Parts: sequence; C-alpha cells; structure tokens
Amino acid sequence: MSHVAGPNADNLRRDALIERLALFSLTGPALLLVATVMLVPVGWLFWLSFLNDAGGFSPEHYLRMLSQPSYERAFRATFEISFTTTAICILLGYPLAYVLSQLPRRAANICMIAVMLPFWTSLLVRTYAWLVLLQRQGIINTWGIKLGLWDAPLALVHNLNGTLIGMVHIMLPFLVLPVYASMRAIDADYLKAAANLGASPTRAFWLVFLPLSLPGLLAGALIVFILCLGFYVTPAVLGGGKITMVANRIATDIELFFNWGAASSLGVVLFILTVMILYVASRLVRLERLLGGGDA
Amino acid sequence: MTRDAALPIAVRQLTKSYGTVRVLDAVDLDVHRGEFLTLLGPSGSGKTTLLMMLAGFVRPDCGSITFGEREVIRLEPHKRDVGMVFQNYALFPHMDVAANIAFPLKLRGVDRVETAKRVEQALELVKLGGYGARRIDQLSGGQRQRIALARAIVFEPRILLMDEPLSALDKQLREHMQIELRQLHERLGMTTVYVTHDQREALTMSDRIAVIDQGSIRQIDTPKTIYERPNNRFVAEFIGESTFVKVDVTSSGCTFNGTPLSLAAQPPQTGPHYLMIRPERLAILQRDPADDVNVLPAIVTAAIYQGDSVLVHASLSDGTMVSVRASASSQAPLVGAHLNLGLNATDTYLLPPEEGVQ
Repeated sequence: MSHVAGPNADNLRRDALIERLALFSLTGPALLLVATVMLVPVGWLFWLSFLNDAGGFSPEHYLRMLSQPSYERAFRATFEISFTTTAICILLGYPLAYVLSQLPRRAANICMIAVMLPFWTSLLVRTYAWLVLLQRQGIINTWGIKLGLWDAPLALVHNLNGTLIGMVHIMLPFLVLPVYASMRAIDADYLKAAANLGASPTRAFWLVFLPLSLPGLLAGALIVFILCLGFYVTPAVLGGGKITMVANRIATDIELFFNWGAASSLGVVLFILTVMILYVASRLVRLERLLGGGDA
Repeated sequence: MTRDAALPIAVRQLTKSYGTVRVLDAVDLDVHRGEFLTLLGPSGSGKTTLLMMLAGFVRPDCGSITFGEREVIRLEPHKRDVGMVFQNYALFPHMDVAANIAFPLKLRGVDRVETAKRVEQALELVKLGGYGARRIDQLSGGQRQRIALARAIVFEPRILLMDEPLSALDKQLREHMQIELRQLHERLGMTTVYVTHDQREALTMSDRIAVIDQGSIRQIDTPKTIYERPNNRFVAEFIGESTFVKVDVTSSGCTFNGTPLSLAAQPPQTGPHYLMIRPERLAILQRDPADDVNVLPAIVTAAIYQGDSVLVHASLSDGTMVSVRASASSQAPLVGAHLNLGLNATDTYLLPPEEGVQ
C-alpha cells in the first residue's frame, strides 16, 4: 500500500483498519468453535492413528488396512453404495426438480416444503419408520401380497435394498435443492430462443436446458456422494448387519475392540479420500465453467 | 437474399386477454413484403405481446396470422422459421460465438463445411469476422447484440422479429446500431417487425410505424406522416413534444383567441379544434413575417441557457405555456418581454375535437 501524506491521512488509514478488524472479529466465535470442536479432536485422532497398543509410534493400523481384506471390502461397499445412492438420487431428483422449476413460484414453494419435510424429522425416526414399512410383515409386503402383486414377502430390508431405499430418501433433498436453484436461474428466453431457432422442446432440453443445469446437478451429486460416504445409522439399521460401510467398521473397532487407533486410521483414510474426491470434482466443475457452463 | 424471398405478414382480429385486462383488442395489421415496420408504444401497450404472438410464444384468444399464404396461428414456435433478436439477446452461455450462430443450422441438418462458411459470412455481415471462438461472456453489449442478430439471420428466415434489441446499449452505440441495422435491412430485405418504446429509434429506422396503445393500433403510417400529421392526440403526444391550443374553426377559417390562422388544410368539420404546436417548428420572429406564417404573440416567462441554445418558456395570449428555442448567440430574451412567435401555415395542423378532449 502506498503511503499518502496529507491532512488526516494517518487517521483515515487507522479508521479503515479498525473497520476491517471489527468485521473480522464477527467471525471470532465461529472460528473458536471450529478450532475447539473440530481441529483439536481431528488432530487428536490423527495422532492416535499412529500409535500402537503399547503407545509407541507405528504405522501398524495403516498396514493392517492393506493386509486385511475386510477393510478393503468396507471401503468398496462404502463407495459402491454412495455411488448407487447418488445415481438413484439423480434419476429421481432431476425430473422432480425440473417439474418444480416449471411450476409457478407459489406452487413450487409448497411442493418444496414437501420435499424438505424429511429434514424436519429425526434421521433415526425415519430409518426405523422404513424398517416398519419394509420388513417381511411390514405394510408394503402385507399389501403387496394382499393385492396379489407378489406371492412371497420381498426382501426389502436387512440388506442392500433397504440401505439404498433409506439413504436415497434421506439424500434426495440435498440433490433437489441445488438442481432446482440452478434450473430456476435459467432464463426462459434461452428456451424461447432455442425454439425460435428451430429446436423442438426435446432438442431444446438436450441442447440448452440440460447443459445449463449441469453445474447445479454436479454440485448436488457431489454433496450427496460425500455425505453418503459417512453414513452410519441407515446401513446399520436397514442393512441388518450385512452392510458394513467404513463408518460401521469404525463403530465396531471402538465398541467391540476398544481400538481407537484402528478406528482413527479408518477415519483418516476416509477423510483423505473424501478430500481427494472434492479436489477432483472441483477441477471438473472448473472445467465446466471453462467450457462456458451456465451462470447458475 | 432478395426481396422476393421475404414474406408479407397479415394479422387479423388478433385478441388476447389476461383475466379482465385486454392486452390486444382485435388487432389488424399488414406488414408488406420486405418492409421495416416498427411497433411503437408505451410499456404495457401490447406491442411485445403482438411480437411474441408472431414468434409463437404467446397463444392468442382468437385471430389469424398469415406469413405469405400460410396460416401460422396454431404453428409451434420452432416450426415458424422466423428469426428473432431478443431484448437480452438470449445467447447461449454454454456455447461459443460460432456454436451460437451455428445452432439453427445444426438443427436444420446443414453439413459441417457449409455451416462453417455461413457462420463466418454471418459474422462478416455484422462486422465481427474472426470472433467465432470467443466466449459469450467475453463480448461487450454491442458485440452480443451483433451476434444475436447474426444468429437470427444465419438461417435466412424470411421474417425477422426484434424485441427492443438496442435498449440495453448506451446512447451513442444505440444510435450507431440504428443506422447499421437499417443498412443491414436494406441489404437483406427480409420483412422486419421491430418493437421499441423509443420514438426517435422508430422514426430513424422504420419504413412505417404502428403506434400501439392499450392493445389497439392508434395509427400506422410513415415516420413523416406520424410525426407531422398524427391522427389523434395520443400519437401526437407520444411522438415528439407538442403543446395543444384550443382554436375555433368556422366555415370562413380558423381563429385562435380572435387571431385568424392560415392552415395547411381546412378541416372537414367546424367547431372547436386543437392546434398541435411542435416547439421546434416555432420561431421567434425578429421582423415582419412572410404571408404564410401565423403570428402568435407571447410573453416570456423564463429563458434558460443550455449551451447550444436558449430554451424560452412563453405564455400565449390564452395563457397556454409553450417552449421555443432561441439561438444562444443572439441576445437572450428577457423575462416579461413581448415576443412574436411564428408558425408556418404548413405546420399549422389541427386535431379534431373528439380526439383532443380528454
């Protein structure tokens, strides 16, 4: 900064500094909270993951992860389930967001409340509610058999199906919200222009609407995928013990084996993988913008 | 493209209501082959609605629209084959300039080589040759306007619609683009319907102007006729400045507050009329006028120096306030001074009373 000499120059410079500090101090409490409840425990876990049972420094927890196939299975299951959940959320959520974005604003807001409703109930309650609905003598199987839609009870829960149903239900709003926002931001004139230039509604969708809504879709899919990676309750309850994601494995390590080091190392690896995905995705999104992606 | 390829437009009984509000009221309109017609009106007059109906984006309640011989009233927008320049240009932000212009060609199955050739031709036409690889957000407002125009004409539509295409540009650029659009129209000759609320723009560019108010066309004529011989007071007030003065018409002539006036044409009816005074047609008389100049005595109430001229406010003998510009180099009139204002007989134009009464 160049120093200007002149009447009141020093005082004015000090005023500017004080203003900036005052603004910065507003973030103080939040910074303090993040530092104490986030950084310290995470750092502590990171430290623990490098200690062996005797308290000595060793990478044994990480080496065990490589040698024991059950760990690899947990990671594989985590990524597969997260990926499948994200894919189903896109298939269900994108058309839903599209319909919402075409509704008049009032109607869209009311429908949006319906989409958001699951947010207002506890995750645990929702998960157990699915258990009631999906089990062998649950509402869905009872009515399905009564109506003659199928003969024997379907295995809807205590397996991958149940886990996916529960996770999609919880994750759907996270996809719909950003997609809806990006669709709302698409100027209707773009579609008019496409039609005017000779594009049928279908072609206008593929050539103009979909590309312009892509940034929102990428953002939504990323949020869903990342959140899925850390799921615990849903696979535990609706998976019936058959589904072991990394979070479940961590719980087992702590509750059964009291092995904080092993649990911590799992957490660290999951954390690093997540950061890597975020990094790659952010590059993808930037690429998207480079190609002239929508202003949404 | 030649003028023969352009199509005339015929609009009949076109009507649209939103609830109880009638946006268009049984509008009839003929746009001649190759003509540049401007729809001019205040906001909410229905001019944009009419344009959107020509493009197929708004469904009328009833009426007929034909392009040439073809009835298009129920035809979907993407089958109408009209070019359109949108107010905000609506250039696709996820495509570069060339892809935007190639868009209509791609949809029409034009092959790659031909497309590239025509895109470059269109760019040359709007004086942006070599801009094909630019991103839309790298373009200035004026450049976007040109690209939107290039995209609208690259597939050689026989009708071109423009919805206030210059309204987002600054004044200087707007005036420049008005001339350029006009020249482009001369070269391409496609039937053009242009919407604006800017009367000067309409006067500058149009072959004919349709003045619209409250869903009806109030007058459709050449710019000169619209300006000098408006049919009614709305048109007279909307285009240019004007002051209205009550005059009396008898079979022997016309008088203003007892002073006889010579007229461009004797109106068909006698009785009270309104004299339309365009301020720029008034002159401050320094000496005795010629025979065909009407003299209106006035008293100066204010004289405001404005650089290029002096704006003089004066009160006529019946108390009506008029304004007139005096040369800045001459002696400025003093407040309270008596003036003689001259109005040529050819500019002494009367409006019939039923239209003049408010």
